[in-house]
Formats: sequence, C-alpha cells, structure tokens
Amino acid sequence: MLIKTAEDRALINEDDIATVRSSVKRVVALLNFSLINQTKIITAASELARNTIEHGKGGKAVIQVLDEGERVGVRLLFEDNGPGIPDTAQALEDGFTTNKGMGLGLGGARRLMDHFSIESSPESGTKVSITKWQEKI
Amino acid sequence: MTNETASASSALFSKENSKELLDHWVKAQLADQTRSEGISDSSVSTSSAEFLKLFSEALKGGNLSNINTPEWELVLRMLGDLSASRALQGSSSTDTAKFIFSLKHVLFERLNAASGLASKPEAKASWELFLLLDKLGLYTTEVFQKSRESVIRRQQKDIMEMSTPVIKLWDRVLAVPLIGTLDSARTQIVMENLLQAIVDNGAKIAILDITGVPTVDTQTAQHLMKTVSATKLMGAECIISGIRPQIAQTIVHLGIEINDIITRATMADALKEALSKVGYTVESDIALEKVR
Amino acid sequence: MERIPILKLGETLLVTIQVDFHDRVALALQEDLCEKIVNYSAKGVLVDISALEMVDSFMGRVLGNIAKTSRLLDCNVVLVGMQPAIAITITELGIQLTGINTALTAEDGMLLLQKLLKAKSGARTTHANKNGRR
Repeated sequence: MLIKTAEDRALINEDDIATVRSSVKRVVALLNFSLINQTKIITAASELARNTIEHGKGGKAVIQVLDEGERVGVRLLFEDNGPGIPDTAQALEDGFTTNKGMGLGLGGARRLMDHFSIESSPESGTKVSITKWQEKI
Repeated sequence: MTNETASASSALFSKENSKELLDHWVKAQLADQTRSEGISDSSVSTSSAEFLKLFSEALKGGNLSNINTPEWELVLRMLGDLSASRALQGSSSTDTAKFIFSLKHVLFERLNAASGLASKPEAKASWELFLLLDKLGLYTTEVFQKSRESVIRRQQKDIMEMSTPVIKLWDRVLAVPLIGTLDSARTQIVMENLLQAIVDNGAKIAILDITGVPTVDTQTAQHLMKTVSATKLMGAECIISGIRPQIAQTIVHLGIEINDIITRATMADALKEALSKVGYTVESDIALEKVR
Repeated sequence: MERIPILKLGETLLVTIQVDFHDRVALALQEDLCEKIVNYSAKGVLVDISALEMVDSFMGRVLGNIAKTSRLLDCNVVLVGMQPAIAITITELGIQLTGINTALTAEDGMLLLQKLLKAKSGARTTHANKNGRR
C-alpha cells in the first residue's frame, strides 16, 4: 500500500473545520467516489474535526490518498494532544437508535467509513484514523 | 523412495529435532513483517505445532510422493481447515501458502547446516534461487486469486442492483419489494435507489414490502428502520407491507420498536392506504349483481 | 460577518441555507429568525437546504434548535430540499431531527405548512378574532 499524497491542516478554531471540509472535498472528488460516499466522507471529517477542536483542544488533520493496486482510498487522521477519551469503547457505542456515546459522533463516523481506528490516552491525546476505499475503474 | 531416504526424512522429525524445528519455524513466521494482521501470534504457534505433529506422523508411513493416500488424510484435512478459516478471515492466498513455504525454508537451512553444505557457493545460490522461485510462484497464485475475486465482486454487485428495483405503483406512490436477507450492503443500495426515485418521481409514499425477507432479526429491523428514517427525511411516508404472522410475533418477541410506522399485511392493503393518503378513491365500474 | 437572509412570504418566512455554514453564522441565524417570527407574527418557516452538501451533528443541532425555538413561538418549521446523500448520511450518523417536518420541494413545504396551520386552528376556538395580530 502506497501513500500517494498527504496534506496537513491545522485544526485550531472553528473556521478550520470548513477548510478541512473543502480540502477533503477536493481530494474525494478527484478519486471518483460516488456522491453519496463523498458526502459520507466529508461529513465524517467534519464530525471528527469538530471533536479535535472542541474536545481535543486543537490539533491537526492529515489527508492522505492511498493506492493499493486495485483500489484507491482516502485516509483522514485527526490528532490532538488533548485530555483523551477515557472509555473509547463506550464512546463508540452510540447505536443507530440510541443517543449514547457522549455525543462525540465517533460511532457515526465509523458507520460512514470503511475503516476506523482510535488511540486515546490522557498522556498522548487522541488519534483517530478513518479510511474509505474506491475501486479503480 | 529408498529406505535410506525414508529413514533420513523421519530422523529430521525425531522427537528431539522436532521441538527445535518447531521453535525455529514459529520464530521465522512471527518474524515475517509482511504477515497480515488477522493472524495472531498464538494461532501461528498452535497451527504450526499441530501441523508438525500430523506431518511427522504421516512421514512414518514412508510415502513422500503421493499425498492422496490415507496416511496423508489428516494432514490434508488440517491444511484444508486452516486454509478455509484464513480465507474467511480475509487472509491472502500468499499468506496461507507461506505457512508451508516457511517450513520448507527452515528445513532447508537445517539440512544445509547439518550436511555442511551451507558454506558452499552452489548451496547458497540454490538457496537464493529457491526463495526467488517461491516468491514468483506465490505471486502468480495471488494475481490469479485477485482477478477471480474481482469477477465475483462485480457479479455480486450486479445481483444486488438487480434485486432491489424501485417500482412506481401510482402517481407519487413507489414500492420496493425486498427479496432475500436485508444486510447492510443491500440496505445502502435500497436507500440510494429509493431516495433518488422519491426525488425523480416526487413520491409521497414508499411501500416497503418484506414478503420476500425470510427472517426479521434485530439487525434486519434496524436496517428497515434506517430506510424508513431516511425516507421520512425526504418528506415521504413509509408503509411496510408483507408482515407475516411469524414476523409479527418475532418482532414483538424480540422487543423491536417499530414505533409509529404504518404496517399492512399485504401490498394490496398498503396500496389502498397509499392511494387514500395521496387523495384517490377507488371505485368499481361493475354494477353489483343481485345474488340469487 | 455574513448573515443568512430571511425572506417574508405572507405569513411564512423563507430561509435559504448555503454551503459552509460557520458556527457564528448559525447563532446569528437563530437570533434573526426568532426576532422575525415575533415581528411578523409568522406562522411558518420554510428552511431550504437544497444547497447544503452536508449536514453534520452540529448542523443537526442548529436545525433542531431552530425547530424548538420556533415551536415555542407558535411557528411551524418545514425543511425542504434535502438531498438523498444527506438523508442517508444523517440516518447513518443517527442524528435525530425531532420536531422537524420535512417536504420534498418548496411547493410541498408550503402545502404542508398550510396543513399544519389548519390542524392547529382546528383545535382552537372558531371564533374569529377581527383584531387579530397582523
């Protein structure tokens, strides 16, 4: 698997959320994702970017284009040095029909993407990674 | 195969040698950086130990050329199970083949060391060449595998698209006959097709018919609910039809909340309801005949 | 700072939400809307989101708040122009848009507002108030 491109975007104040959204939008449009998938990716990015600013006290987003032979993907990393999430398992619990999960939208972001992973601790902050793949035509 | 060869082979797998061989082999596999994530360290140890045990047993039969004989049956079965379970976990064919090839490499190293051939340039050369050819062989299988898989994927996609048609029943009334299990992939397709059809037709009602859905468990119910939610967001109403008696019981039994959704037993009933909602009444032209 | 324009169409207010909705703009919109609902004695608000490419949980909350405050001011809210991709994403995210009515087109939205209004006034006294708020 190859990381074809990578761009960083700072996530300090709420204007940055819109900036990240447009950068992501530019990338996914080029990769031939369907409109629905583009919307899902941009929405997931918006949720996680907001988390980074509101709960993570600021950090950055990294937008990567991946190439795995038959498919390409977009991977978004959201990193902060904030207080961390005490119980990631619980935070991911927000089911479709419930309102649990501390309102972090993590479960939602996971449902929208193909791959989701999170590392979080009070010492090293939070790192969330989401990926969506698209078959090459 | 001569008795010499047979006994030499068995000797390699004697109790003393086997333990060392197993350790060496497991270490080599664990050290392989390219191993896929789904294969745990403990499963490597367990599978390797099991294989070596069955392998050395089979070797005792003295037959090294034909694996389709009874003494190799247990080994083949173990390998078959391993391969199948790895396939289910999403391992590549390369990963699974490497299980055997890594043993070959370890054996080779030990043989070379034991016979003192290790230092000879020919031995070294043949060693490198064997490794190279193995890699090329694995690559060939891998590509073959992948192209088969992509054909299957394309076909699956086609089947899914074709089996979820959205039908225009009437002005502003759409119907979606759901056939087969409603998994998350199909739910996505249903939602996409249905919502687009709502926009294209200005539909106000969508009838989801689940006559063709064999079982309704919590997952299926959630997928249905998702579809209903999405439809409502588009300003249309959903009617679920085709609720068989068993399904009704299952839903109640499972405690699934299908709150405030209109349901009907048959598509006909749903259609009647839909028509009245969009402002139509149905009249019959046939004059009533007196019953004698 | 840009403020989202609110148009008056009889007793209805029309809000068209564009892309890139900043948080500050959201708060300003809520304030403006409340003010105008009271000033014009509006009975309905039509929120057109056809230009929106995305609705995340923040936007969901904004819309939810608009609905809540409007209801408190005796005003119905109808959301129109939701794109399929957004409906699917909202559903997947689990955003609850409670108390928000939706319609496919602006036309349908106006009809729905009329219907909702009729339903309300049916529950009230039929005695017409000639000096009613206008």
